[in-house]
Amino acid sequence: MPKSKSAYSVPGKIGKTERHIIVVWVDNEAGVLARIAGLFSGRGYNIESLAVAEVDKKKHISRITIVTEGTPQVIEQINLQLKKLVPVHKVADFKRGEKDILFRELALFKMLANSKKQEKIKKLCKKFNPVILDKTNKSFVIQVTALRVDIDKLALDLKRFGLISTSRTGSVAMTKGAKIFN
Amino acid sequence: MPKLISGAEIVFKALEDQKVEYIFGYPGGAVLPIYDELKNHKTIKHILARHEQGAGHAAEGYARSSGKPGVLLVTSGPGATNAVTALTDAYMDSIPLVCISGQVPTHLIGTDAFQECDTTGITRPCTKHNWLVKDVNDLSRVLHLAFEVATTGRPGPVLVDIPKDIQFKKGKYKFTKNSFKKKLNGKATHKLSNKELDKFIDLMKTSSKPIFYTGGGVINSGPDASKYLRELVSLTGFPITSTLQGLGAYPGDDPQFLGMLGMHGTFEANNAMHDCDLMINIGARFDDRITGKVDEFSPKSKKIHVDIDPSSIGKNIKVDLAVVSDVSELLKSLIKRFKEKNKNFLNSNKQKTSKWWEQIDKWREKKSLNFINSNKIIKPQHAVQRLYELTKDQDTFITTEVGQHQMWAAQHYKFNKPNRWMTSGGLGTMGYGLPAAIGVQIANPGKLVVDIAGEASVLMTMQEMSTAVQYKLPIKIFILNNEYMGMVRQWQELLHEKNYSESYTAALPDFVKLAESYGCVGIRAKTPDELDEKIKEMIDVQKPVIFDCVVDKSENCFPMIPSGKPHNQMILGPEEDEEISDEGKILV
Repeated sequence: MPKSKSAYSVPGKIGKTERHIIVVWVDNEAGVLARIAGLFSGRGYNIESLAVAEVDKKKHISRITIVTEGTPQVIEQINLQLKKLVPVHKVADFKRGEKDILFRELALFKMLANSKKQEKIKKLCKKFNPVILDKTNKSFVIQVTALRVDIDKLALDLKRFGLISTSRTGSVAMTKGAKIFN
Repeated sequence: MPKLISGAEIVFKALEDQKVEYIFGYPGGAVLPIYDELKNHKTIKHILARHEQGAGHAAEGYARSSGKPGVLLVTSGPGATNAVTALTDAYMDSIPLVCISGQVPTHLIGTDAFQECDTTGITRPCTKHNWLVKDVNDLSRVLHLAFEVATTGRPGPVLVDIPKDIQFKKGKYKFTKNSFKKKLNGKATHKLSNKELDKFIDLMKTSSKPIFYTGGGVINSGPDASKYLRELVSLTGFPITSTLQGLGAYPGDDPQFLGMLGMHGTFEANNAMHDCDLMINIGARFDDRITGKVDEFSPKSKKIHVDIDPSSIGKNIKVDLAVVSDVSELLKSLIKRFKEKNKNFLNSNKQKTSKWWEQIDKWREKKSLNFINSNKIIKPQHAVQRLYELTKDQDTFITTEVGQHQMWAAQHYKFNKPNRWMTSGGLGTMGYGLPAAIGVQIANPGKLVVDIAGEASVLMTMQEMSTAVQYKLPIKIFILNNEYMGMVRQWQELLHEKNYSESYTAALPDFVKLAESYGCVGIRAKTPDELDEKIKEMIDVQKPVIFDCVVDKSENCFPMIPSGKPHNQMILGPEEDEEISDEGKILV
């Protein structure tokens, strides 16, 4: 008799996972984000980050950028399952690290720091398009745009300089050159 | 300026324009304006169920046996949540359903009003799509779109949630043919290129151990698909096996048919799947009851997968040739191309596959569906066989519940036509068969409709007998009564050291008396001697019947692929190691 105490098969080998950025164009209607998020949670896919906003006010089209991780088979399923949803117009899929794709995340850091420290911090953020959004004697808020890894690292570095609050967006993506997603 | 009519009237106008004849439902506060409008629309008949789940399964049975979408009308809150099982069942088995649910008035949505629930939220994962209609002028467009989504591509359930104030409000009605031409969701209409077809045919030509593996997609594609499938199978001379949902697409008594495959499939079908060098999957989805252990599933074969749903392809099993298409369209063009290019295929192929057929015949000799019959006690398999023999000469529709009886029905009842077999395969919903039989009988008046049931399953929706009596639907509920949840007991016996935890039903009702109290006929058979006579009695009665067939309590369903095992490691029966004498076996 089989050892397994289940009427289901035992799991097979799990392949190597890859990180993908999936861009979805959807009708901006009630519940659409729940449909997308529900598809991911219901089928056991993973959402690492999510960015949504309407990009076409007239046609009410929203663009959703999802960072996810999975085996190639799972990533293919995510694409195909998304395309089946009624409000989804198109889906584009990129592997993290692809050359002709741009990715950006935005982060806001609130720091407790005097002006001397502030200079040091600005230097630290120099590569990541820093913008000071708010400034007092004791504190300031700095905005940076960068890749996820860079922001991760920066947030760690900033801890020493009095970082008290972090707010981050999900990743957004765009192709390089004149080409657009089809 | 078009005339303004109420939302409730818009609902019926849309149903009329969709040529809906029957709706299955149950009234309630939030859907009363629609029920009020019912009297003004004589072409639409409402079938009052006794529970919304029953209404849903009845709509499924109606849809599966007629090829038309089933329509379901329920109220808000509990009405909608009761329908969820039926919607999920339809979603798993690709049955087109349109569920219209009432909702509390728009100004009360979100306030935890009486009988309020987040219907669209709850049904989102179990429908192809759903809509909450907040503007009466959207209603006709949404309703027509709902029918289109439900019936195109891979069919499935949809839900339209209509708040009570929208049902009262006046708005415009327009019958718009929606331009829902979404490539992947609509009927896949892309013309198959000859290159694709040639690749398909080349694989068939080079194979010496081919097998067709067909599923519910053939049924869903319409009667033409079954016709073409028969033609292709006879053109090629290949063996064919079918999933549970696909039974009837190919004649069950044809010599090229190896029987059902999968966990309780035949020895020859499963071994052929394991050892083949070419697997042609038409409209099946490599479900886990079929594949067993995925890593060891048919390791030496090239695989072709034809499916209308692109996400079905490559989900569980990687394939060598993927064809996204409606089954009927593919088969039609494939046969045409095949005939043009390969006039002598059958002859040249006979030689090539002769060894394969020899091997298959060896597997067949195991007679894996055999069982040890008894002349004292009714064996459930014997009961199904007798039912088949006594009903096969008329156009019979079979529904089932879920469990051992369902597998025995699939193994021993031979289907020759599509849309004659209604069973809950994907979700495995106990209680499906009785209400489904009601829907089947509605769609097929005058035909014999039998629910092969288990006593545990059928009690889950027994109240629907009252529906059958009300509408004079002479459905036959053929209960294989072993007093156990048989499949649960079987797994407990095989996998849990015979710890029969909670799988015995004490205090079962007297089914004959129960039948009488519903106003239908109760029949009981206790011994093999009286079985035939009682079955004939059941068939002859022009009223609903509950047939209590008292069967062996300890019978198990074999053959069986144990969990975690590949197809070629089946258990054939309880005395696998001992030789059973041929006299003791019953030939199938």
